[in-house]
Amino acid sequence: PIPGKLTARERILLLLDPDSFDEYDMFVEHRCSDFGMDSSKNKYPGDSVVTGRGRINGRLAYVFSQRNVLCSGVVPQISLIMGPCAGGAVYSPALTDFTFMVKDTSYLFITGPDVVKSVTNEDVTQEQLGGAKTHTSVSGVAHRAFENDIDALLNLREFFNYLPLSNRDPAPVRECHDPSDRLVPELDMLVPIESTKAYDMLDIIHSIADEREFFEIMPSYARNIVVGFARMNGRTVGIVGNQPKVASGCLDINSSVKGARFVRFCDAFNIPLITFVDVPGFLPGTAQEYGGIIRHGAKLLFAFAEATVPKITIITRKAYGGAYDVMSSKHLRGDANYAWPTAEVAVMGAKGAVQIIFRGKEADAEAEYVDKFANPFPAAMRGFVDDIIQPSTTRVRICHDLDVLASKTQSSPWKKHANIPL
Amino acid sequence: TCQHVSSLDLKNLCFVHLSRFLLFFSLQTFEKLLIANRGEIACRVIKTCKKMGIKTVAIHSDVDANAVHVKMADEAVCVGPAPTSKSYLNMDAIMEVIKKTRAQAVHPGYGFLSENKEFARRLASEGVTFIGPDTHAIQAMGDKIESKLLAKNAKVNTIPGFDGVVKDADEAVRIAREIGYPVMIKASAGGGGKGMRIAWDDEETREGFRFSSQEAASSFGDDRLLIEKFIDNPRHIEIQVLADKHGNALWLNERECSIQRRNQKVVEEAPSTFLDPETRRAMGEQAVALAKAVKYSSAGTVEFLVDSSKNFYFLEMNTRLQVEHPVTECITGLDLVQEMIRVAKGYPLRHKQADIPINGWAVECRVYAEDPYKSFGLPSIGKLSQYQEPLHVPSVRVDSGIQQGSDISIYYDPMISKLITYGSNRAEALKRMEEALDNYVIRGVAHNISLLREVIIHPRFVQGDISTKFLPEVYPDGFKGHKLTDLERRELLATAASLYVAEQLRSQRFLGTPRIPIAKSKQSSWELSVRLGDGIYPVAVSKDGSSFSPCLVSQQVEVDGMKLNVTSEWNLASPLLSVTIDGTQRTIQRLSRNASGDTSIQFLGTVYKLQILTKVAAELSKYMPEKAAEDTSSILRSPMPGAVVAVSVKPGDMVSEGQEICVIEAMKMQNSMIAAKTGKVKAVHCKAGDTVGEGDLLVELE
Repeated sequence: PIPGKLTARERILLLLDPDSFDEYDMFVEHRCSDFGMDSSKNKYPGDSVVTGRGRINGRLAYVFSQRNVLCSGVVPQISLIMGPCAGGAVYSPALTDFTFMVKDTSYLFITGPDVVKSVTNEDVTQEQLGGAKTHTSVSGVAHRAFENDIDALLNLREFFNYLPLSNRDPAPVRECHDPSDRLVPELDMLVPIESTKAYDMLDIIHSIADEREFFEIMPSYARNIVVGFARMNGRTVGIVGNQPKVASGCLDINSSVKGARFVRFCDAFNIPLITFVDVPGFLPGTAQEYGGIIRHGAKLLFAFAEATVPKITIITRKAYGGAYDVMSSKHLRGDANYAWPTAEVAVMGAKGAVQIIFRGKEADAEAEYVDKFANPFPAAMRGFVDDIIQPSTTRVRICHDLDVLASKTQSSPWKKHANIPL
Repeated sequence: TCQHVSSLDLKNLCFVHLSRFLLFFSLQTFEKLLIANRGEIACRVIKTCKKMGIKTVAIHSDVDANAVHVKMADEAVCVGPAPTSKSYLNMDAIMEVIKKTRAQAVHPGYGFLSENKEFARRLASEGVTFIGPDTHAIQAMGDKIESKLLAKNAKVNTIPGFDGVVKDADEAVRIAREIGYPVMIKASAGGGGKGMRIAWDDEETREGFRFSSQEAASSFGDDRLLIEKFIDNPRHIEIQVLADKHGNALWLNERECSIQRRNQKVVEEAPSTFLDPETRRAMGEQAVALAKAVKYSSAGTVEFLVDSSKNFYFLEMNTRLQVEHPVTECITGLDLVQEMIRVAKGYPLRHKQADIPINGWAVECRVYAEDPYKSFGLPSIGKLSQYQEPLHVPSVRVDSGIQQGSDISIYYDPMISKLITYGSNRAEALKRMEEALDNYVIRGVAHNISLLREVIIHPRFVQGDISTKFLPEVYPDGFKGHKLTDLERRELLATAASLYVAEQLRSQRFLGTPRIPIAKSKQSSWELSVRLGDGIYPVAVSKDGSSFSPCLVSQQVEVDGMKLNVTSEWNLASPLLSVTIDGTQRTIQRLSRNASGDTSIQFLGTVYKLQILTKVAAELSKYMPEKAAEDTSSILRSPMPGAVVAVSVKPGDMVSEGQEICVIEAMKMQNSMIAAKTGKVKAVHCKAGDTVGEGDLLVELE
């Protein structure tokens, strides 16, 4: 064996339940006849690829099938990159829903370092060009990276448990020991009094989720938005949250795209969406505008708007301007939209607003603006938030709502497919 | 918005009238009292005030706006930003609040302004009652020399000694005999323990005299010698006193506070295993004599050093409520805060000395947010992501000022709580303490539960064989956590493996009937490989009986060929897990787990890191590449959260091994960070004044 890597069959052994693998096409051989490849010593039954079906925690899973595009949105597809993958082959994982990589032993690139060198004279290593670190933190091609083969396969088993088997199955509900009516007292004092002070959105997510478990997707990429899977009273949910700790939790091109793809996955596979909003707005500047923030931001808007799964939104603090609208607001067919007492639903922050309205001529206007708009009441009076809730009751409210919304059906007009602004 | 006084609501006003009416017929003290403190002691005082019908005013810094003491008080006022010098020590701001809220009295708690005579004086000049002794007593006892003189005059045992010119060796022996052996001899001019000689008999005294007088003459040009009683292996035992303004004073028995680290108490108890009734009475009477000599009123503590022959010597008197006062309250049944408030109002004491009992035994553990593996405790900060006090254990008292979600910040003392257990005897109190420590859930910050639990079960502690040197003597190489016996290791492995199987089984249990049926697992036994420390142990788990009920699962676990039976409800969401292993009930805490098989379990107080894999996965693990560990000698990370006081290098500098690179201050301690190897500084990632977290990169070497 190659050091640091397992064979395909060893990998399957770890991934699937014991004795559950049914292999297909074991007798297929390669048909290459050039360069002596047809000699009998270069022929092995079942070489190059091992395929079949098996069970992960009792639930059906297929191992390797290459009908990516047709299956997209029908069954969840996950790629685990455990070695080099170059050229056209990279599109196989790129077309699946999730791509996970093994650190230090896996690479993904269209053209390798040698070709790069000869064409552009750029010196780059395999790791820098297409290693796990590059794809999970720079390019956003891969969604998670794991330490080694075993670690990756064990995590894949865990991840698989969050997913429904197909678009015709509801989000799975696993046996839950965490009471659905558990109060979370620490949330009552989690949001700092100073609205400029950061806090960690992951603290909120961990505290409300069943058993504090959260499977984060793309944890190292566009960290100003947090996306991932958790369970509420046993049922899988997709969680989207602005991260005030990173870039104040603003929306930019990368975070919009990251969020949009996740929302669409959840919608395709009947996974309810829970959105935590603390967003000061879209990131301003030429870099963002030239990069097409309008087009990319629209993806997140589009994804939330078209999603027909149960949508529950909690505004924890800032919900400013267009970014508020994008984050699963009532205006995008949100089912339950709540605000914590610390919420500020407004066009923008008081300081900015007063500068624009009064051009700096009204000194007292800022306090007046804060008084009027830096609270959840105007939005609640207009029905844009359904209730102002005690933060400690957030878990209870979400669990209740999910029970009620479990039978939600919403249909959209017939279309071949929608035209999301790609 | 900082100087904001929360308004009284109607309900509170009604309550005031009602309580005023009631108090008129009982004992009126104060209508409104301000607590010039924070944390557990502020909460402690507020509780008694509520009981007495006194309205309370809390003060707080801006970062404490959501603190428990703020929520408990009837009113709360911000007195400044986080640093204590600008808030809790800010007398001007506090005086302002007293005026504004019309508080009639101030309880200072301990620390902060509790022994500040200037504060007491300012309160007196404003006609506000200070809940404590008067300025004179604070001043007299605050001065080391004056207090010792006062004690001597009051016939309190002080450490006997002689300071002056000693003519010859014979005179030295005469003095030493007068004092009583052992004695300590050194040059008066030499500071600290320098040139110190311990003499146990006449011969050693002569030798010590020769050496010390030579050194005195040659090194200092000063012939004077200091000969003082040497207190061998001292215990720290203190007497609680309570005195009123009418010349009455009581001693409320002793507290044993010998378990200390860096002169800070860790475990206290009352009574002491060491004192007999006569010694107790002698100490108590001397303490009362001292209190009367300084016209003391209020609660106070007279600290003594006690040597192995039960000789006791006055150390100092603390003119405030002590941290460890709850153990005295437990055995005497008195509420010391209530008595302090009554006495401050001018009421005479309600008790006679004969009324003061010793009922049962009480032990107090100071639970700190600190890492006990680093010099018995270096501060840790963070958010208490989960916090649950062991109040379901009988006879447990927890004095705390924090709750789930609270921040332990660098600005204040890192104490989480005082955990007090009570029993009809010491063994019962200690047993309950063990149980209480196991049932205490503290997540998000490092804590010293492991150290506390090891101390209270240590044979020397259990026998009462303790001194102030207990920790360094018992753990000469530093505290390393609980050392598992073979049986305990098997129990831990069996529990961890059973927990793993329970988790695996749960991950196959889905509710509802899916379109594609779920294959029922027929697996009834698991071959696992558990890594614990440096060892890898094969563990086999099998189901007990033919069916699993989802809640109560009994498992047969085989470790090292020994079979154990592990039973639990296996509630995977509960922070506490009660497990019965071959009939022994244990409360364990699983702190974390992940899909990679890593799990950390708190077992017998100590957190153990384990990795649990199936046998197959474990066997394949050997093909996995070893990841190169970070070269720690060329990087310097902050061992604890704190503030950078000074950085003594810049990029490009050459440093030698052991050279100081920077200084980090945390919780009033300055820690010198030194280079682990000789080399050139590559990068400096901090500057003086920065706040750093534990593990933050400070300096890189090439």
